Amino acid sequence: MKQWLNQHAQALQLVLKRMLSNKLSTLMMFCVMGVALCLPGILYVIVDNLNRLAGDVQGEPQISLFLKLDIQQDTIKTLDEQLSKHPDIKTYKFVSKDEAWRQLQLTSGTANIANNIEKNPLPDAYFVSPKNIDPDTIERLQKEMQAWRGVEIAQADANWIKRLYSLLELGEKAIWSLVILLGFALVAIIGNTIRLQIMTQREEIEVSKLIGATDSFIRRPFLYAGALYGLGGGLTALILLLGIVSLFNYSIADIAELYASDFHLALPTLIVTLSMIASAIGLGWIGSYTAVGRSLSQFNAH
Amino acid sequence: MIRFDQVNKRYPGSYEALKHISLEITQGELVFLTGHSGAGKSTLLKLIAGIERPTSGTVLINNQNVSKLRTAALPYLRRKFGLIFQDHKLLYDRNCFDNVALPLYINGVTGSEAGKRIRAALDKVGLLGKEKSMPITLSGGEQQRLAIARAVVSRPSILIADEPTGNLDEEYASEIMSIFYAFQQVGVTIVIATHDVPHVENSRTLTLNHGELQA
Ligand SMILES: Nc1ncnc2c1ncn2[C@@H]1O[C@H](COP(=O)(O)OP(=O)(O)O)[C@@H](O)[C@H]1O
Ligand SMILES: [Mg+2]
Repeated sequence: MKQWLNQHAQALQLVLKRMLSNKLSTLMMFCVMGVALCLPGILYVIVDNLNRLAGDVQGEPQISLFLKLDIQQDTIKTLDEQLSKHPDIKTYKFVSKDEAWRQLQLTSGTANIANNIEKNPLPDAYFVSPKNIDPDTIERLQKEMQAWRGVEIAQADANWIKRLYSLLELGEKAIWSLVILLGFALVAIIGNTIRLQIMTQREEIEVSKLIGATDSFIRRPFLYAGALYGLGGGLTALILLLGIVSLFNYSIADIAELYASDFHLALPTLIVTLSMIASAIGLGWIGSYTAVGRSLSQFNAH
Repeated sequence: MIRFDQVNKRYPGSYEALKHISLEITQGELVFLTGHSGAGKSTLLKLIAGIERPTSGTVLINNQNVSKLRTAALPYLRRKFGLIFQDHKLLYDRNCFDNVALPLYINGVTGSEAGKRIRAALDKVGLLGKEKSMPITLSGGEQQRLAIARAVVSRPSILIADEPTGNLDEEYASEIMSIFYAFQQVGVTIVIATHDVPHVENSRTLTLNHGELQA
């Protein structure tokens, strides 16, 4: 056990020493990995924040039924029954014209306009949330309700949300494709760097093998090196991402204030951050493992 | 300790480097292996250390059949030996101390325990004052002694040296040989390939001729 710990501590020490003596190339490596990992990170932050925005809007009704101005009370009752019995409807809310009028007068910005109009021009209305909010269902419901007696206009409000959602799904797919592509690239880059290091330490590896080093002894420092490149790259990516997001938030603060909005980009959660760093470490490890594996089999061949 | 039974070795694309070798070396023996250049001395040493495998026949080390050993087990066999190579195989990118440290690190010995052993080994070959020097600054004899320090630092029970005095003048050569004799005194088995066999008591000489052992 002590021996095992010793061997790992010693390999780690060796690698840190080597990295410190090659500060420039180590930093370059961190930057290359950092920039590459940062790209899907930024995309993630954008998609994640749009998702959150869309989530806020999603709770709102999808179809508005504006009733005829001269509607009778018993027609409204029939409508209410139709809505409550409809299997595709989750919730609905009745807003009478008086209530709507009051709200309009209270709302700042529209109050002025409302006060200048003497008579309430608004109709009674139902706001309907279907169980299913895919565009097809909403369109079908909207057509069906348009034909109901007493309905002036049935209006599907939020088709754009669905479009946004499918766009966001596309965004998520784009992130994954980017992650996979960059993952391969990083494995190749790290593998190549490690391969060069192996070449410069050829003699040491050869002698070590001759005097009884196991493959895992030889592999160990390179695996640590790969993992450390991953760690450094992941942290660099995180710093870049933090910098970019704060810069963005700082520069939109003024604009957001103009619109009385507190909109800002939220940072990735801790879990996302940790898994970003963990996958960077993993990529480094895989890259160096493949590189060392190839070189070792070459050494073993002769 | 070391036993060869009808061992043949043929390198790919070459004729037989060793033919029908049968021999036995017991613990604590000092054995000189001699013969013309290309006779097969290095090959025989490599077979002992598990660096090459026999084409046919069996090589037994401590009753362990080397030819049947899995590749993954070879490193552990090699750690039983202290190897001194014909071309030293010193690492010129690090100082003497770190060169001698290599076998210990491979065995997972580090820290102050390693330091003690490294200095003891350097002391035995008379290089204690040079632990911080780079090997390139050492003379040929000193480099060879450094190689010996590296071979003995993990206290192997068998020392194998391939022409350790090959490129040295006589004074250095006898210095190196006396280091080997000192190890024999403490019970280490020693096999040395050499062109000119010194006259030493308690030693045996094996002569190879075109891959065959001469009686
Ligand atoms: N790796 C090798 N591949 C092919 N032939 C080899 C190899 N090593 C040695 N030989 C051949 O085997 C024979 C014995 O070589 P070696 O054991 O080095 O002799 P010595 O050490 O006595 O000079 C020589 O003919 C040499 O050319
Ligand atoms: Mg030779």
